[in-house]
Formats: sequence, structure tokens, C-alpha cells
Amino acid sequence: MISLIEYVIAALILIGVSFCFVGSLGLVKLPDFYMRVHVPTKATTLGIGSLLIASTIYFSILRGAPAVHEILIVVFLFMTAPISAHMLMKAGLHEGLPDVDGEVEKRRG
Amino acid sequence: MIGGKKILPRPGFSVVLMITWILAHQSLDPKTLAIGAVASLLLPAFTQHFWPEALRVRRAGLLLKFLGIFVYDIIVANLQVAWLVLGPSSKLRPAFLEVPIVLENPMSITALSAVISLAPGTVAANLSGDRRTLLVHILHTKDEERAITRIKERYEGPLKEIFE
Repeated sequence: MISLIEYVIAALILIGVSFCFVGSLGLVKLPDFYMRVHVPTKATTLGIGSLLIASTIYFSILRGAPAVHEILIVVFLFMTAPISAHMLMKAGLHEGLPDVDGEVEKRRG
Repeated sequence: MIGGKKILPRPGFSVVLMITWILAHQSLDPKTLAIGAVASLLLPAFTQHFWPEALRVRRAGLLLKFLGIFVYDIIVANLQVAWLVLGPSSKLRPAFLEVPIVLENPMSITALSAVISLAPGTVAANLSGDRRTLLVHILHTKDEERAITRIKERYEGPLKEIFE
């Protein structure tokens, strides 16, 4: 029983780490600013989410002390990630950063 | 009472604060509960002025169903974005979409843009000054019209029914 839980935790950690890695890779690889904003809001939220679920299971079941801090972290992460992405996008548009085709977006609020 | 006639200007907010407090302290001893209760009663009253008009959940059942769809979409979106990132970047066709919105309450527009940013390969970039058009950046699309319709049908429609 314990070893089954350990497998589940290991799987969750691996999933989380893979998504975090893809998120960081996207930051390096994608060609323009607007595209780069996408990856930290997506890949990393699920990546961190899986890691935190793994942490909850580990401390609650294997260590016997219920750990619920992680739920708060997930909630705050999912509330703040879209806002910071939105502010970055807005700043990018305001500064007139060129997109991948070298065009400058002129559409502002 | 500061800023309001009612003792509990925002019961929902108070409940959320109390739960957050208990989760953060991970304990149920009377001292924690007492301080938490005082904070969750006072904070909503003090911050009453800063809030736009309250958002009421009109259809709780639909909200639950929407959250389910949303969690599913987050997972799918993550896989899609991961796939797109790993593939060749030159094949990506990013675009700015101008999504006309019918939501009126500022809070529900905020909810919509948060959902758009977390879900399917899109990030909400800008809201026009008249709150009628949301500029959305999409990482990869072949058909802009269909992407706009999808956002409107999948997210804006349910949000409108739930909150307005």
C-alpha cells in the first residue's frame, strides 16, 4: 500500500518536473515576447500544481500530518498567474514590442 | 459600521477569509479561530469601499459544471502548449484576436480573462476602454473566427448565465 502511494507521488513529481522543464524551454525557444508569455502561465501552473499535490500526499499519508498549505499555494497561483500574464502583455503592447513577423501591434485600449 | 449598513457586508468573502486563515495555520485551536473570526469580520467591512459592485452567483450548479470543464481544459491546454513548445517554432501561427464581449459586470469580465489566460493556448492581453472588446493573444491558430466563437461559446456563455 505504502509503495503504491510512493509510485503515485513519484509519478506526480515527474509530471510536474516535465511541465516545468517545458515551460522553461518555451521561454528560451519561442520567437517573440507575446508567445513567451504563454508558457509560464500554462505549463508551469500545471507543473507546480502536480508537485504540490505530490507534496500534500507525501506529508499527509506517509508522514501522518495533514498538510493543506499546498492547497492555498495552488489557489493563489491560479489567481495570480493570469493577472501577471495580463500585465506583461499589456506592457508589451504599450511599449510597442514587435511580434514574430516584425509587426508592431497598434491596438491599444 | 465602517462603510456599510450591514454587519456582514460580504458573507462569502468572510467565509473565504476564514477558510484561508485556518488552512494557513493548519490548526483549529480556539486562539487561531478567534483571531481568524475577528479578521474575517473586520476586513470585508474595511475594504468595502474598494470593491466594485458585488458579484452574485445565480446558478451554483452551472458554476460547478463550468469548473469541471475548466479543470479539464487546463490539463488539455497544458498538453497542447507543451506539444507546441516542443515542436518546431516556425510552424506556430500566433495571432491577436479581438473578442467582442457581452459581459457587463467588471468582476465577471475579470473572471472571463482569468479563464482565458489559464485555459486554451490563449492569454488575455487588453480590454478596450469601453469594455466591449477583449484583445486575446493566441499561441497557434489556423482559423481565427473559430477560435473567437469557441471562447464565446465555451467560456463567456456559461459565465454570463452564472453571474449576470
